[in-house]
Amino acid sequence: MTGLLRPRSIGANRQRVDGPAKVTGTAPYAYEHPVPNPAYLHPVQATIARGDITDMRTDEAVGLDGVLAVLTPFDAPRLETGQDAELEILQSPEVHFRGQLIGAVVAETPEIARQAAGLVRVSYARRDHDVSLSADRSDLYRPDEVNAGGETDTRQGDPDGAFAGAARAVDATYTTPMYHNNPMEPHTTVASWDSTGLTIYDSTQGVHTMRQVVASTFGIEESDIRVVAPYVGGGFGSKGTPHANIVLTVLAAKRMAGRPVKYALTRQQMFSFVGYRTPTIQRVRLGADEHGRLVSLSNHVVEQTSRIKEYAEQSCEPARKMYAAPNRGTSHRLAPLDVPVPSWMRAPGECPGMFAPEVAMDELAQACDLDPIELRVRNEPETDPASGLPFSSRNLVACLREGARRFGWAGRPALARSTLEGGWWVGTGVASSAYPVHQSPGSSTATVRFTADRRYEVRIGAVDIGTGAWTALTQIAADALDVPFEDVDLRIGDTGLPAAAVAGGSSGITNWGWAIVEAARAFREKFGAGPSPGDERTATQPENPHTERFAMSAYGAQFAEVRVDTDTGEVRVPRLLGVFAAGRIVNPRTARSQFVGGMTMGLSMALHEESVTDERFGFVVNHDLAEYHIAACADVRSVEAHWLDEHDPYVNPMGTKGIGEIGIVGTAAAIANAAYHATGVRVRDLPITADKFL
Amino acid sequence: MADTESEITLLVDGVRRSLAVDNRVTLLDALRDRLGVTSPKKGCDHGQCGACTVLLDGRRVTTCLTFAVACDGAEVTTSAGLATDGRLHPLHQAFLDHDGFQCGYCTPGQICSAAGLLDEAGAGWPSAVTADVRTAPALDEEEIRERMSGNLCRCGAYVNIVAAISEVAAKAEPAP
Repeated sequence: MTGLLRPRSIGANRQRVDGPAKVTGTAPYAYEHPVPNPAYLHPVQATIARGDITDMRTDEAVGLDGVLAVLTPFDAPRLETGQDAELEILQSPEVHFRGQLIGAVVAETPEIARQAAGLVRVSYARRDHDVSLSADRSDLYRPDEVNAGGETDTRQGDPDGAFAGAARAVDATYTTPMYHNNPMEPHTTVASWDSTGLTIYDSTQGVHTMRQVVASTFGIEESDIRVVAPYVGGGFGSKGTPHANIVLTVLAAKRMAGRPVKYALTRQQMFSFVGYRTPTIQRVRLGADEHGRLVSLSNHVVEQTSRIKEYAEQSCEPARKMYAAPNRGTSHRLAPLDVPVPSWMRAPGECPGMFAPEVAMDELAQACDLDPIELRVRNEPETDPASGLPFSSRNLVACLREGARRFGWAGRPALARSTLEGGWWVGTGVASSAYPVHQSPGSSTATVRFTADRRYEVRIGAVDIGTGAWTALTQIAADALDVPFEDVDLRIGDTGLPAAAVAGGSSGITNWGWAIVEAARAFREKFGAGPSPGDERTATQPENPHTERFAMSAYGAQFAEVRVDTDTGEVRVPRLLGVFAAGRIVNPRTARSQFVGGMTMGLSMALHEESVTDERFGFVVNHDLAEYHIAACADVRSVEAHWLDEHDPYVNPMGTKGIGEIGIVGTAAAIANAAYHATGVRVRDLPITADKFL
Repeated sequence: MADTESEITLLVDGVRRSLAVDNRVTLLDALRDRLGVTSPKKGCDHGQCGACTVLLDGRRVTTCLTFAVACDGAEVTTSAGLATDGRLHPLHQAFLDHDGFQCGYCTPGQICSAAGLLDEAGAGWPSAVTADVRTAPALDEEEIRERMSGNLCRCGAYVNIVAAISEVAAKAEPAP
């Protein structure tokens, strides 16, 4: 056991502690921290996808009134190289993808910086580029490992032989397009570097991560750098790893020798160098006996990476663990292209990798003449199919059953294209979800201090990117200290606080919360219930002794109703409903928003989102919010999230599993399955647009 | 003063502010960069996301598509300015109660937009989903969703935003 906390504040429906500042707009995001006499940066980006810069003429830009500095690869300060090719900008004349940062103008105003950046004349020696992903490329390669440390390929039994002999079979290829994270707050860095050190206000998911990377990239001590991020306007993974914009801003700050430099990306630039989700091509084969029991399950995935830095999205993970099957095969293959580096986007691997198998399961249900829920129940594993370990808790079937009850699944027509209402084909669909419990022992440290005004100050370098961490961590600290919520003052978002893991992998509460619990327990052990002002204790999140004994994951089931216009193919989703089993819920109000928000992004993925590459030039053409469509208010009707009362004593002392990502995981598959049920048209290639029905 | 600059005066959240602006400066950048008024946010700078929405002389506008020089003498109300004497506006409280946001970056724009739509509907203005444009529209969820679709929220708080605005709209309507 992990010494599960007795919940008092945990479980209470709490208004966000940062709420009043956010609704009035007075909470300072990165760009908004007052700095004296700031200068403004506008970048120069490559307009070819591959080649070398032969010349950059900057005289016109330098001559513009108000221009303070122009940086090019030929004169920029040197960086430590050989660590991360994505970050090593302005160090050589090579261009590896269109939109790459190749220069910067720093000026007295943003308008002058932008005008001057347009006056920089760049000459190139072009080389042929290749940005076309396909499953039949001859240069697909096998990465050594995939994101989050998983295996590249797995094989159990004889998946091909068992598939060949299966009574019922599905063999189909599914594709998901390129996606861009598009948090509402553009990536922003404000940096000042003077004799006292380097101070950075950054829009980041991890202040300590950024500090470590800046230190190693610039060859300076972490102790000379302070990174601050009390409020962050969303990230969805794109602010979880450092991107080149922070390096460019710090390079400029170094050149400006003490004067602060501000750089907020334009929305268009966010499609060039701050990460994205790779497109995927997934060939799924399911073989089952005549009762619908899987005898073979495989998913072979092709994705892209950049030539300069490998990122392998772990899209096979769901196929490895969702259902029992004695014969199983999975593989990841990468196409190295002249493209920006793909990276994390909400539920990397799990999200695109759940879409294909969960649509395939719907196809298998049809082939077996079974209800889709019943098919999933028949293939529920007793132990984790990937590791063979028992589950710390797994309530997928309960989520499916409870969701069916709440959604009104009973009486659903077995046949597709059965319901026509007022010119709309109407259907319903379901999909399963899972998201692993990630934890990073030793990654996070917290301090509890009793202050002169007899309050408890809890200090940890965590970041709230909108998740509700400000509030949930306060609730956890209150219970760990056995004091009222109101007696706790939380401090987060600053490298001046104890080191903390990045806000990613749905692991924030697990990592940070556990550190806080350890610190609170150490504090009470040392000082008892009557501490004196100034008393403090610091502790680090320990190893979890149970991770070797159990497979740990959150589960969920999403249900969708879809309507498709019989004449135009217009697709609507009037209802989404999710039921989740994700351990203990710390704050029902903010947790519901996490689930609903994830499902809403899943709806957006299902119906709208697709980054379109112009292969002639190598860039995303629909690079703004008018053309890269995300769900708007009118697209979203009823979205309900519910959860089961789940107690898991093995995951951590809070009993939490992580809720930030599971909401998106199965949603697109549920909508695709409902669209099939409505129309009889099986859409295997996202997004589900009107043309697919005509 | 250069001939590409202009002297303007704005009434921002009740405070008179005079400044010289480059004629290229948007109202959004004038507020954020020149005046330190950062309640309106920059999300796209192209009028596509709504995060920069304020009330300009009482009407909701995207300040990133508005030149500051064209606003001389105008009254600007941001979400911060909707709070009076330290008391939150009913829309602020409804967004808190319904958790109508997560990261908070689109939120001041959502709230200004909501304040604008309440006035527009109150004045009888129809929307694209108003069935009968001859009668005053009732602010049901369908109307609110349509009228709020210029304000994007990537965290996906729409259902809570609609619930929050519905609550305030219901209280604002005279009893039948």
